[in-house]
Amino acid sequence: MSADQSAHQESHEVVVHDRGAAIVQSDAFENPGLPPHRPRQTDLHPEKADRAERTVVWWFIASMLGAVIAIAAYIMVPIEQGDMASVRFNNLFLGLGIALSLLGIGLGGMHWARQLMSDHELVEERHLTRGSEPNRTRAVEIFKLGDEESGFSRRSLIRNTLIGAVALMPLPAVVLFRDLAPAGNAVDVLTHTMWKAGSRLALDPSGTPIKADDVTIGSAFHVIPAELAEMTHDEGYLDQKALASVLLVRLPLDRLNEQPDRAGWSYDGIVAYSKICTHVGCPVALYEQQTHHLLCPCHQSTFDVTNHAKVVFGPAKRPLPQLPITVDDEGYLVAQHDFTEPIGPSFFERLHYVDEEKHIPLSSAETETRA
Amino acid sequence: MTTATPQRPTLTSKASNYLDERTSISTMVSMLGRKIFPDHWSFMLGEVALYSFVVILLSGTFLTFFFEPSMAEVHYEGSYVPLKGIEMSAAYASALDISFDIRGGLLMRQIHHWAALLFVAAIGLHMLRVFFTGAFRKPRELNWVIGFILFILAMAEGFTGYSLPDDLLSGNGLAIINGMIKGIPIVGTWISYLLFGGHFPGHDIVPRLFVLHIMLLPAILIVMIGLHMVLMVVNKHTQFAGPGRTNDNVVGVPVMPMFAAKAGSFFFIVFGVIALISATFTINPIWNYGPYDPSPVSAGTQPDWYIGFADGALRLAPGLESEILGLTLSWNILLPMAVLGLFIVLVMFYPFIEAWITGDKREHHIAERPRNNPTRTAIGAAGVWFYAIMWAAASSDLIATHFHLNVFQVTWALQAMLVLGPFLVFWLTKRIAIGLQKKDREILLHGYESGNIRRLPGGAYIEVHEPVGEYESWRLKSFEAYEPVMVRPNEQGRITAGVRARAALTRWFFEDRIAPVTRGELEAAKHDDH
Amino acid sequence: MAARKKTGRRHPLASAALLIIGLVAAGGASVAVGSVANAEPAPAAHTQATAAEGEALFRANCASCHGIDAEGTPNGVSLIGVGAASVDFQVMTGRMPMAFQGPQALQRDPQFTQEQSDAMGAYIASLAPGPAVPSEEQLDTSVVDEEGVANGAELFRINCAMCHNVAGAGGALTEGKFAPHLRDIDAAHIYEAMLTGPQNMPVFNDQNISPDEKREIIAYLHYLDENPSVGGFDLGSLGPVSEGLFIWIFGLGGIVAVTVWLTSKPN
Repeated sequence: MSADQSAHQESHEVVVHDRGAAIVQSDAFENPGLPPHRPRQTDLHPEKADRAERTVVWWFIASMLGAVIAIAAYIMVPIEQGDMASVRFNNLFLGLGIALSLLGIGLGGMHWARQLMSDHELVEERHLTRGSEPNRTRAVEIFKLGDEESGFSRRSLIRNTLIGAVALMPLPAVVLFRDLAPAGNAVDVLTHTMWKAGSRLALDPSGTPIKADDVTIGSAFHVIPAELAEMTHDEGYLDQKALASVLLVRLPLDRLNEQPDRAGWSYDGIVAYSKICTHVGCPVALYEQQTHHLLCPCHQSTFDVTNHAKVVFGPAKRPLPQLPITVDDEGYLVAQHDFTEPIGPSFFERLHYVDEEKHIPLSSAETETRA
Repeated sequence: MTTATPQRPTLTSKASNYLDERTSISTMVSMLGRKIFPDHWSFMLGEVALYSFVVILLSGTFLTFFFEPSMAEVHYEGSYVPLKGIEMSAAYASALDISFDIRGGLLMRQIHHWAALLFVAAIGLHMLRVFFTGAFRKPRELNWVIGFILFILAMAEGFTGYSLPDDLLSGNGLAIINGMIKGIPIVGTWISYLLFGGHFPGHDIVPRLFVLHIMLLPAILIVMIGLHMVLMVVNKHTQFAGPGRTNDNVVGVPVMPMFAAKAGSFFFIVFGVIALISATFTINPIWNYGPYDPSPVSAGTQPDWYIGFADGALRLAPGLESEILGLTLSWNILLPMAVLGLFIVLVMFYPFIEAWITGDKREHHIAERPRNNPTRTAIGAAGVWFYAIMWAAASSDLIATHFHLNVFQVTWALQAMLVLGPFLVFWLTKRIAIGLQKKDREILLHGYESGNIRRLPGGAYIEVHEPVGEYESWRLKSFEAYEPVMVRPNEQGRITAGVRARAALTRWFFEDRIAPVTRGELEAAKHDDH
Repeated sequence: MAARKKTGRRHPLASAALLIIGLVAAGGASVAVGSVANAEPAPAAHTQATAAEGEALFRANCASCHGIDAEGTPNGVSLIGVGAASVDFQVMTGRMPMAFQGPQALQRDPQFTQEQSDAMGAYIASLAPGPAVPSEEQLDTSVVDEEGVANGAELFRINCAMCHNVAGAGGALTEGKFAPHLRDIDAAHIYEAMLTGPQNMPVFNDQNISPDEKREIIAYLHYLDENPSVGGFDLGSLGPVSEGLFIWIFGLGGIVAVTVWLTSKPN
């Protein structure tokens, strides 16, 4: 035992680590050692210790009371269907009771420890974290023995094929994840929306179709395809809505600064733009009717509706995709066809999915002037 | 009662004996029972994190009994009037039922969420304490890395949990994540497709996040916490310099009974404070947000605080994208992701970087006072500034409305502060730290200002300076001193680039330095004063 | 008795606990009182005020910006066709006359009586037809059933929450403009705001949001006013930012204060 101990200590003493940039201080002060212990009031005066003891007891009693209050609150302050005040009071009194029962134990225990338990500071020696020399030697030996007895190094063919096997073994697990999503191409779900030629623009969420006359100057309509309103969640209502949401506004004709070849996409000053931000996909829905700016509340990208929703501020780069609209025989607003480019955030392959035939690109002057 | 008869073993001793004969628990008790822990308030921050985690586990278990992780459509028929009859996912409906129809359910939800915020906050503060006192130095570098992984895991837990109720706020959070993933070149579209099971939002994301949130992530977290604690026990806790406290000892209170009593009581206090907050303050009122729907959004859409820095980075990024060979690169997403990634890597590997620069291979168990390592403290302060600006940027809109500012100008100001601020903060912090060191020297050499004003015979007034006592002065004069290393050729007589770089970095680290006071200096100062 | 005295010595925590209990009590009281706060009668649609009186008031107080015949000047928009609803909203929420030129007119105490405002409204309405002040029937939310409140809430989320926040706490717009909070706002003013689209707010005409739906939205906002958050204090309903600040400052701050106390050595 003692021999082991001394060997242990010795082994630590011989290890000298590099000091690096640290310098050895000559003429340094000596550590004065632990200061004398200062007794507390409770150590000196038994009556104070008794008082502290009673305080601890009171806290523990308060804790018991808290538990009782919590149970009482659970039973006596029940939630009454539809009565919000009862929910609030249930939460409040149950919570206060539980808090008291916890804090009573915590504060009582803490008071006990601080005032009554021995507070003499003790000293424990540290040793280098590394194992003792005999242990280190023994560990190396064990690994050597393991190698020799198994022939791990010697029989290199076994070793190398094992490495190969272990490297390949997890790959099936990676493959298994393919069916997290249905078969098909990842981009397919991004490229088409429900809008098609003749889809009526309808109010979100009621699905009431909108007449061009209804869209007065200064108003903003949150729009979905009329067919979408018929769908249920289980049929993918939200999935389609995430693609097809549109904001519809009418601008005074003198404020509308349209690129001539896109003039056919609006109707009498009424324009429709995808509501899904081209930055990371929040709904861009904050329309200012005087400045005609559209602001995204998530990252403050701002789009100018008078100029084909080009970006005037913020981290977005591309304008919001425009939905080409017109009116049908009955005066209802309808889409001419789907968006000509993928809506929402940019993705790597995006440009391949722009509808070359129908898309009318914006001139760079339109898109790249930023405020 | 008589001493002559052999004493009957008590129930406790019988139970202990029973246990020990089957588990050898006495070995463990004798090893750890009187282990010494140093006592300092800042050493309890990790405990706050640990205890919040326990609270999270307890309250979270309760919530799983009632929560239904499903995105199947239901029509809400619970008691919250403004949502009656609305179509929503089963997940959201069950979260509403927990809030409104189960006694104590709302309390548990609030305890769970408040404790989660506290958990990450306590980890953050704990990490700052460890960083600024150099407690990550050898032999604790690995434990720093484990702790950092815990921080990342905590954020992952937070985010997956935040998304589960499937309300409008968390749904928009997922939409943002989806948009960010899509911005990753080559694989982005596929990751998004697989994660959401096809379309966004789809019907799969909530159950998938649920499994991660309640099983996989907590399991890894618990293992990591275990490792973190084992290493802490092996390395023993650091302590601040003080009389009788050296690099070779630990001074403090033993586990039994003092430390156990304090730590145990502290658990109840932390739990109690969380319960008190949860009883009186609303958190995440999901009923206000409504079910997730891709069309609406709320003003002030923000993530929980610990994800704020990432959201802020997105807000501050320049609006850049490039289209090369028909492929789109979204720099407005990739740039903030790269900056955050680099920041995280730098923080995680900082202990190794500093160890390489100083070349100091010794073990360090004395927690440094931040002023005594001005360059590290300044690096840390610059990092905190960088993080804080990104964090603040996540609430740029609220800053604008509450201080009546223009949100565009707030964004520009934050961009400037993000890029230029760290340099200024570095310089300023370093100066302040060195100034404080000088003040320590001054106090040691010439005593502290006693507040006694004395009139000299000549009529002049002086303030009497009193010398600092031997015990009090120790922490002022005992700290590691470093100086830049010289560029020296190696055995082959060559000066490698690595040597040069190290020399330059040590110069940067230790050029401005204040050496600890020596005995000679104190003697000399005493002579001058008299 | 002795134990009670001892309790008094533990003042840092005792006072904190007291403060919290006080806050809770105050919160409970406000909860109890809050539900009767907004019973203000809606302004009468028909008053005896004449357009002539309104014209005089308009000339004296508004014409400097809006032009002598309300035709507009560079400093103020034309008021031809804005209707009495717009006048009632702008004047009776104190936004007009504007206190100072800024990104947007701010709400303050109204500078005119209801009669004076109605007179000006009558004058503006006489210039060209425009939206009228809503009738009491249009504002009567007592006819809205639970389903209507839910519908109002959904319409609110789709049409209003992006600017005004889901809980009506308000939010930021571009370049210093903002959407105001919607707590404890007069039903008529909410209705008029939707109908007329003051300043940068879009117009929600009756084809977009029908009069019944407008009433449902108002009913939902009143529901929020009357039912304070069930979880306790709502921290301004600002969402995760105020929650984060709270946990750092009061949660972690309070616990750090406890750690300082419990590692200190008692006397």
